[in-house]
Amino acid sequence: MSADIRSLGLPELVAAVMVVALNAYVLTGGADFGGGVWDLFASGPRRAEQRALIAHEIGPIWEANHVWLILVVVMLFTAFPPAFATLGTVLHIPLSLMLLGIVLRGSSFVFRSYGARDDASQRRWGSTFAVASIGTPLLLGVIVGAIVSGEVGAAAMRLARAGETAPPSFASVYVWPWLAPFPIVLGVLALAMFAFLAATYLAAAARDDALRDDFRRRAFAAAVVMFVAAFGALGVAHVSAPHVRRGLMSMSGGALSLQLATGSAALLALWSLARRRWLIARASAAAQVSLILWGWVLVQYPFIIPPDQTTRAVAAPRATLVLLIGALGAGAVVLMPSLVYLYRTFGRVESTDG
Amino acid sequence: MPILLLPPEFTRVLQLQLIPSRPAYCSPQFISVQYAGLQNRSFREMPDLLAARTQMALSLGFHIVFAEIGIAMPLMMVIAEWRWRRTGDRACLELARRWAKGTAILFAVGAVSGTVLSFELGLLWPGFMRFAGPLIGMPFSLEGFAFFLEAIFLGVYLYGWDRVSPRAHLAAGVIVAASGAASAVFVVLVNAWMNTPVGFTLAADGSFATIDPIAAMGSPAAFQQALHMLLASYAATGLAVAGVHALVLLRGGARAFHAQALAVALLVGAPAAVLQPLSGDVSARVVAETQPVKLAALESQWRTERGAPLRIGGIPDAERERTRFALEIPYGLSLLAFHDPHAEVKGLEIAPRADRPPVAVVHLAFQAMVALGSAMALVSLWAGWVAWRRRDLTSNRALLGALAIVTPFGFLATEAGWIVTEVGRQPWIVQGVMRTANAVTPMPGLVVPLALFTLLYCGLGTIVVTLIVSLVRATSAPSGLVPDRDPAS
Ligand code: HDD
Ligand code: HEM
Ligand code: HEM
Repeated sequence: MSADIRSLGLPELVAAVMVVALNAYVLTGGADFGGGVWDLFASGPRRAEQRALIAHEIGPIWEANHVWLILVVVMLFTAFPPAFATLGTVLHIPLSLMLLGIVLRGSSFVFRSYGARDDASQRRWGSTFAVASIGTPLLLGVIVGAIVSGEVGAAAMRLARAGETAPPSFASVYVWPWLAPFPIVLGVLALAMFAFLAATYLAAAARDDALRDDFRRRAFAAAVVMFVAAFGALGVAHVSAPHVRRGLMSMSGGALSLQLATGSAALLALWSLARRRWLIARASAAAQVSLILWGWVLVQYPFIIPPDQTTRAVAAPRATLVLLIGALGAGAVVLMPSLVYLYRTFGRVESTDG
Repeated sequence: MPILLLPPEFTRVLQLQLIPSRPAYCSPQFISVQYAGLQNRSFREMPDLLAARTQMALSLGFHIVFAEIGIAMPLMMVIAEWRWRRTGDRACLELARRWAKGTAILFAVGAVSGTVLSFELGLLWPGFMRFAGPLIGMPFSLEGFAFFLEAIFLGVYLYGWDRVSPRAHLAAGVIVAASGAASAVFVVLVNAWMNTPVGFTLAADGSFATIDPIAAMGSPAAFQQALHMLLASYAATGLAVAGVHALVLLRGGARAFHAQALAVALLVGAPAAVLQPLSGDVSARVVAETQPVKLAALESQWRTERGAPLRIGGIPDAERERTRFALEIPYGLSLLAFHDPHAEVKGLEIAPRADRPPVAVVHLAFQAMVALGSAMALVSLWAGWVAWRRRDLTSNRALLGALAIVTPFGFLATEAGWIVTEVGRQPWIVQGVMRTANAVTPMPGLVVPLALFTLLYCGLGTIVVTLIVSLVRATSAPSGLVPDRDPAS
């Protein structure tokens, strides 16, 4: 496919919309995962109330939140098919495990809500739900880490050259790209981020003050892990992910201000949690997590899979991109009011449902 | 059926193809597209390919059951709720609420199994997606938005009984029903394109020279497959639900409640089941025209002949290229496939041996679908006749028994039908354009994920069945909500 059938800017536009969808997934679906984490760590005298609040907040909307992920996948294979093929090939193992997590988490959640009421089965589904809620974000972070580190792209190149040189070993293509320090640290970071988001949301949503304080403490704990993981990621990148290090070091002015903004959002989130300003806490936590996401995008730009697949090089033909943008626009017109309606309906109501 | 005549746009699109006067997928000179890192591998020698195909088949076979339920249940709930609002009969309200409980479970399993599928396209068939992504992405994106609407308003419907006005609640149900049907249509358009690919031309190196994703959505098989799939969803789910309630009635369950359930389920299922053989006839004729090798496989027609017979049953023998023990109805196939007793039907011989699908599987699956479909249509006609004459189905124990027997038929027919479509397309993943063997991932050891997902689906399936059975059990106990009175009163 030559450059002349593509116009300037379309691939980047689609990529940007993709990141927006991913951002929406992290803020909504990610927080649902975080809720599962706090379900596992429910403790103290209000353990039952904590679990009830989590179930109540996730219940009506997790399936809708989940569609963001599907939208990202669909956009990826429509607009950047070689990138999708690369990810599916090299990251087969972590992606399959992540799918397992998604399936177990979604189904155990409904089985718990609708299944037998006896304690044994409640506990069984509850722990499946919680364990899957931890494993899935970890794997999501690992996958992102593997992409960012450039190892996925490198493995795909080795695979493509398989005919010319000696075939690469199984592990060098399908295991080591993701089972490495940097991806694992990013996995922890993703998990901590989701847990932090969830704790802040739950603190804001709780009705009584004691429950709010439970989640406030949890938000602080998650924030600590998040900071440690973030600095750990920088350190590990310095040693083992030169590509990332270079991206971070050669920060342009725009990237630098993004970092500053991330830092300020983090401080604001912590301050408002400390002062019990729940709505501000909620908004600034969401802003902080989103900025981290966009920071990743900026480090990686213009690559969709570093070190060789740029957004532009792997983009689908222009006709596809134009239609995709049109479909996304039309879809958004229907979608946005519906989402607003959903969150309005379930946003702030006291009653629990039967 | 007159709908069969392809509109002129199709001909225009077909002329875009590599071979100007004939579409590529009809041509015996098939093109093979190759990709870096993926050798042209022999079809039968690869355990990995077999594992990948099995995993895909398993995932789709699992998902489709929940998808069909997700398409038809919302419609039935809406009808029940609407009846309650019209008549004030509490049984209808209770029905809508109980169905909603079951649907919540089934929908969640449908959503997660669908998510698995969208990833599996890349995990198992990266070569296919790299090639076809830009063409089939359009219906998948539209489907994505349909999912969104479906999930959002299902949330409102299931959890919003006390939070939104009755009218908004009913409207939410209508949106769920409509977007479920829309998502089925969109995804089936993708499959129709795999069967009859249009909307692109290839350059010499196998990349696209021109591409038209809109034309790809309107492939020649699109209309018939979408129609047949929608009818299948309503027929399978409607008759299955009717069958379950018929069984409970036979065992003496609460009469008013289950009579309403039966009525609503049959209202959705029976007309669809009666129409399904007609739509199947349309399907067969489109297949005859656009996928001659598949038609030959599903009818186990080895030689090209005029006035071909219709074979019922029989064991295809691929070695000797003949079918034994079949009941042959003279001229039947020519008549059904082309509406002309002397029409020429192409035999499997037009394709080289390596390019033929496994005939026995396809033939048997097709026979199974037709047999199951005929039984469903007959029972539906019987129910319709009884309802029309006496208006009380619940005291006709023979009919209730028949309904109970056909409970699983629709889902079995669906699985059989998809086996016809997908196995009948082999060795092609995109008919005449790309071989399945060239699309599969180069990763070795695919039996491991296959085993993992098989276990997962077995586990999930068992749990879902247990939960649904316990929900149904709960309705057999007379409920406080519903006075047990005769529905006629
Ligand atoms: C309730 C389910 C059900 C029932 C009762 C029937 N079918 Fe069917 N059939 C399907 C469910 C289905 C399906 C699973 O939905 C398929 C697979 C792909 C498709 O488009 O529909 C299908 C495919 C399919 C195909 C292949 C289409 C293709 O590959 O493009 C043919 C020729 C028929 N059917 C014909 C029939 C006939 C003659 C029937 C007469 C009774 C019949 N079907 C009943
Ligand atoms: C409408 C959407 C569908 C799409 C896009 C789709 C796509 C695919 C793909 C990509 C493959 C692998 C390549 C191949 O074997 O040709 C496949 C195989 C298969 N699918 Fe489908 N499929 C769809 C629906 C279904 C459904 C609902 C079933 C239900 C049972 C099904 C049954 C199978 C089977 C049995 C195979 C294996 C065929 C073989 O390898 O012999 N498909 N499908
Ligand atoms: C390759 C083929 C397929 C893919 C990739 C796929 C993908 C998906 C995904 C991602 C979902 C989840 C949406 C959510 O989260 O709410 C889903 C659900 C659904 N799919 Fe599929 N699907 C495929 C085949 C089919 C087929 C053949 C049909 C039907 C005819 C179908 C109909 C539906 C419906 C109605 C739902 C809504 C969920 C439910 O009611 O259970 N899909 N699918």
